[in-house]
Amino acid sequence: MAQSKVQFGYRRNPDQDRPAGALAEHPVAVVGAGPVGLSLAIDLAQRGQSVVLLDDADRIGEGSRAICFSKRSLEFWDRLGVGSRMVDKGVVWSVGKIFHGASQLYQFNLLPEEGHKRPAFINLQQFHAEAYLVDRVQQLAAIDLRWRNRVIGLEQRNDQSVLTIETPDGSYLLRANYVVACDGARSSLRQMVGAEFAGQVFEDQFLIADVKMTAEFPTERWFWFDPPFHAGRSALLHKQPDDIWRIDLQLHPDADPAIEKRPENVRPRIARMLGHEKFDFEWISLYKFQCRRMEKFIHGRVIFAGDAAHQVSPFGARGANSGLEDAENLAWKLDRVLRGISPEALLASYHTERSAAADENIRESTRSTDFMAPSSRQEARLRKAVLSLAKETEFGKRMINGGRLSVPSVYDSPLSTADLDSWRGGPRPGASMLDAPIAAHAGDLAFLTEAFIKTGTRFALLEFANGVAVDPPDGVGVIRIGGKDGLLDAAGLVGARYDAEPGTAYLLRPDGYVAARFRHPTRTVLDAALARAAGIN
Amino acid sequence: MALSTSSNFAKPDDAFRAIVEAHRGLSDAQSADLDAALVLILANHIGDLDVLREAIALAQRRMLDASQQQQQQQ
Repeated sequence: MAQSKVQFGYRRNPDQDRPAGALAEHPVAVVGAGPVGLSLAIDLAQRGQSVVLLDDADRIGEGSRAICFSKRSLEFWDRLGVGSRMVDKGVVWSVGKIFHGASQLYQFNLLPEEGHKRPAFINLQQFHAEAYLVDRVQQLAAIDLRWRNRVIGLEQRNDQSVLTIETPDGSYLLRANYVVACDGARSSLRQMVGAEFAGQVFEDQFLIADVKMTAEFPTERWFWFDPPFHAGRSALLHKQPDDIWRIDLQLHPDADPAIEKRPENVRPRIARMLGHEKFDFEWISLYKFQCRRMEKFIHGRVIFAGDAAHQVSPFGARGANSGLEDAENLAWKLDRVLRGISPEALLASYHTERSAAADENIRESTRSTDFMAPSSRQEARLRKAVLSLAKETEFGKRMINGGRLSVPSVYDSPLSTADLDSWRGGPRPGASMLDAPIAAHAGDLAFLTEAFIKTGTRFALLEFANGVAVDPPDGVGVIRIGGKDGLLDAAGLVGARYDAEPGTAYLLRPDGYVAARFRHPTRTVLDAALARAAGIN
Repeated sequence: MALSTSSNFAKPDDAFRAIVEAHRGLSDAQSADLDAALVLILANHIGDLDVLREAIALAQRRMLDASQQQQQQQ
């Protein structure tokens, strides 16, 4: 089987040659160079922070693993300068179909409207995504990426952590003001802080096969309940780049992994599914999964993100995407705290916002899993009823749960300023900004998300023209829609999506979430909203 | 809207009869299938999660009462 991987070299770093009394001191050490750690390091570096990024391996993992990256993740990656590369390589999709037996029950479109820079999803092998992120890291002098640097010890002091790091040359120590653990589901940092990681274990096993073939299936997510080629269980088919197709097959809970995983046993199943044998295996993996999270994402000066902090079932693409949302949520807060322009208390909102998001992701993915693998006869009966009702009723179709795909959480956050005005629509405080097409007089911007990037992904005021002009607070970017020198809302979609009237203004956080919104802002209310959003009370 | 437990049918016996008749001639497994579908159809018709939860709670209380009664008889 082909194994796609990129090899990186271990290099000795100057911290290893320091005497014991003069340890190197870094503002941030990120542990784990997966999609979350890499993205976080890039975001921090673009904000001007120096980052040491440690990884225990010296290559990008094999196997496609996470393959579905959401619109929100792509918008984040656009801010990191890698979005286009991901989308150019990835397979764009927005339509999912659900089958029961041989017949289609339901079809959904995750982005049914025009006027967004990014699609609902792309499928892209995780190793491609990681390789592009590593390329970007290598353009940034502020990131010191150290392969084969395994953290084996953690000592937390008052305002610092001391890490013991093992390398092929022996071990060394370094001090960091903050450590961010992005070291995956089996996080060793999590064990070092002694945190529990309890949750629900699912007994059903799933087999993942990546097969290489040329096929004419459309680029859609196809999910089957009880398909003719895999009676009584579920199956999922997804297209990836490079003529690779991801196939997930649910197995019986008592299936023997060692036997099931053998290519000669997988092949007949896939052949039955595809109706032919003209394919080769790229990767086969068997998994069981758990839904669980850490009780606290912050332990002193050690902060947890991604799978290290929370794990979900894979149905819904909520693993890597929620980890990337962690990274975008944390980066700007950590940057402000390190600069001393926000108090350390701002970081507590990372836990508040992202642990609630983890709960939501766990809830959604647990429901999907329970629907796919009913745990009692009555649950099976209820599912059967839903599937049979779906043939002739709209409500039945909507109740089928073959995975609810990742959408950004809406934060119930201490950083948000509650609406005082009345709104008929638009993203409320705590929701992520919505994209829409624009045209600049200069002509180089096509989307609102691009205008946000151009302001420097800091706090920004999105304001609609012909109200009373308000001087924005210091350091706040301005995106002005309409008026003499503003961006053109030619299609009227910015106004519509933000329920705008003349003078309407949204205060956006550096991660693109709405902090506050006003029909007729004054400098006083803007200052107050900004202080609240920056954790300054 | 709260769960209505006052009598809503002009002829309650007709409603009860309609449900009973739907189960006539069915095996226990078929009856369970029918009930599962019926519950989902009616829940969707109600379309109010609070009312549904109240209905579930009422049904659960009734089960609890029944099991306590059974224990007392023993």
